[in-house]
Amino acid sequence: MATKVEAPPLRQYPVSPPLVAGSMAESRPYVASDKIQQAIGFPGELAEGWEEKAVAHMGTLLSKYRSLKVFMDACVHCGACSDKCHYFIGTQDPKNMPVARQDLMRSVYRRYFTLPGRLFPKLVGARDLTKDVLDDWYTYFNQCSECRRCSVFCPYGIDTAEVTMAAKEILDHVGYGQKYTNEIIGKVHRVGNNLGLPGPALADTLAGLEEDVKEETGVDVRFPLDEPGAEVLLVTPSADFFAEPHVDSLIGYGKVFHAAGVRWTLSSKASEAGNFGLFIGNYDQLRAIALRIREAALELGVKRIVVGECGHAWRVAYSFWNTLAGIGRGAGDDDPFAQQIQRQLDSRYRQPTHICEFTWDLIERGALRLDKEANDHRVITFHDSCNVARASRMGDRPGGQFEIPRNIIRAVANKYVEMAPETTREKTFCCGGGGGLLTDELLDLRVKGALPRMEALRGVADEHGVNFMATICAICKAQFTKVLPYYGFKMNMVGGVHQLVSTAIRLGGNR
Amino acid sequence: MSPATVVFALLFYTATAVLLAGLGWRVADYARTPAPLKIPTTPAPTSTTGVVLRLVREVALFESLFKANLWTWAAGWIFHASLALVLARHLRYFTEPVWGWVVFIQPFGVLAGITMVLGLAGLLARRLLVERIRYISTPSDHLLLWLLIAIGLSGLAMKYFVHTDIVAVKAFFLGLMRADWQPLPADPLLYVHLALVALLMLVFPFSKLLHAPGVFFSPTRTQIDDPREVRHVAAWASKLDRT
Repeated sequence: MATKVEAPPLRQYPVSPPLVAGSMAESRPYVASDKIQQAIGFPGELAEGWEEKAVAHMGTLLSKYRSLKVFMDACVHCGACSDKCHYFIGTQDPKNMPVARQDLMRSVYRRYFTLPGRLFPKLVGARDLTKDVLDDWYTYFNQCSECRRCSVFCPYGIDTAEVTMAAKEILDHVGYGQKYTNEIIGKVHRVGNNLGLPGPALADTLAGLEEDVKEETGVDVRFPLDEPGAEVLLVTPSADFFAEPHVDSLIGYGKVFHAAGVRWTLSSKASEAGNFGLFIGNYDQLRAIALRIREAALELGVKRIVVGECGHAWRVAYSFWNTLAGIGRGAGDDDPFAQQIQRQLDSRYRQPTHICEFTWDLIERGALRLDKEANDHRVITFHDSCNVARASRMGDRPGGQFEIPRNIIRAVANKYVEMAPETTREKTFCCGGGGGLLTDELLDLRVKGALPRMEALRGVADEHGVNFMATICAICKAQFTKVLPYYGFKMNMVGGVHQLVSTAIRLGGNR
Repeated sequence: MSPATVVFALLFYTATAVLLAGLGWRVADYARTPAPLKIPTTPAPTSTTGVVLRLVREVALFESLFKANLWTWAAGWIFHASLALVLARHLRYFTEPVWGWVVFIQPFGVLAGITMVLGLAGLLARRLLVERIRYISTPSDHLLLWLLIAIGLSGLAMKYFVHTDIVAVKAFFLGLMRADWQPLPADPLLYVHLALVALLMLVFPFSKLLHAPGVFFSPTRTQIDDPREVRHVAAWASKLDRT
């Protein structure tokens, strides 16, 4: 796919752009091969009779998910969401308006599941599920990063992410899967992480990190793997093990654990916090991938589970682990499955705990020695990652997911500025690479989707000299590293919150 | 008993039955369908009280729409608030004696008839003039707006220009409710107004008007943000725990 990758010009005023119909009709990710599909239990390819199968599966999903059922009915086409999607703003393709994206499925829902759609399809915009329609699904549901920004503005809380996930589930179910995501899901089952990094390689990498940190600080900071009896199991995105700038945050976590005097370990079995089962809306995959964490925790006998910097992984951990794997609290007496893990985990702590919650607790207690001046070469801003912002929480109060990372940054650095308020917190814009779209053949889409964030960054870079955008998501980090240069920024402008912690923290001679 | 009386009597019995049964069926369907995962749009309330307040703000003030677009919010809120007042005002045709608060709101209800049509006009203008909204509009979106506008205008016409025998209309509806039919005044404007209202009632359970009950079942707005404290498992999903 030799598509031209082009960054749109930054807008002078952030007004809603005019429509350019079909501008992204050619943007589609590679289709999964039959081998990739079958490895995770989906049919290899689109086969005879897929129409009935797809409609029947939609019926199943409608009966299993209240969200989908209500969202299919409730939309009034008010247009509140129509200019809220970063992909729409960056591409101007009308089918990237959240409502239009949902309507790709809603039109089919109306045709097969509602009376007016059966009787008067034209009147209510109902369509048969033809190959063209299915191709449209594949094209445009693969231009949604499931960031939920539209759901903030919808008067009925319709969340396009739920619709996109259902569409991808139906596509997978008829053998029309997306290569990037499904290949990775296969890898996580086969090898233990999304990058396909086997245990021995992981052990090598961690040993190398120990040497690096020793050289830098003179302190023996450990990065343990598969150590039974550790108190904390750290589950982190596998990109943290070797990708830049991710690894700098992993070093930060290690230093924080060291300073706190906590015995911790990574797990080769659960060497991946990411859960791409979320992106394809498949409950079985979501669950199977989450269960690896449970098994690792049970085997290692840990008391706490801490999750590293990863947006969608934190959504899955915070919102779904209790449901899927019993990792949390509140198991009933008749729930031996959840009790097993909950009896082992220490209920005095939040289970699971975000690494930012962990670090902020230490900072609040004065347990870390921090040298803020060490970050003085940086003027920092913070990019809220969508799944953290709109699908999870940190701390005890709503909105803690915004405050805690910012509190940490202010505690470890002197120069911090906010980007424009309509682009942060619950209104944050996706980096442009989430939801299973972080693949090279979608680079043009990813660059265009980053536009609103790049505009906000340009604003603080010009006005305040911002030279570092901190974020707590592996996908954000990888995506920005790739797209920043298209907008004239340096790729190393992006990094993790714990990268900043790592710079400021003082080890040795510590309490 | 004129044929029109019989036709409208039967029409309103049918429309009421379809509206109630249809809505009841949809609501039961929503309530029966599980929400297997915790998906509140965060920041979300951490208690039941908080969720109730979130829904009250959403239903009474259109909080999310307010964040989204001030023009749509203004037109939509004016229309819905006016409609609520107009409906409340119309209770006087179905109650004897008329309840005190219905008497009290009468003047506001009359004014609301006008603001309702203005709000609808605003929504229609957006649908016709804003490129993005024109793109997503289906014929039914336009027709529903026109239906509501026609109901409003025919009602206002009877209020301000061609008065109908409102005492007889009230007798007709009280008669319907007591299964003691009374004649409906022979007034074309009244026929139009009532026929359109019946049509609205008939299409309600099959159309996007389901947004009204839908908002109360939308997991992103109705769920409590407490997944770490409470284990939330749908019936179909809890079976997996035992395998």
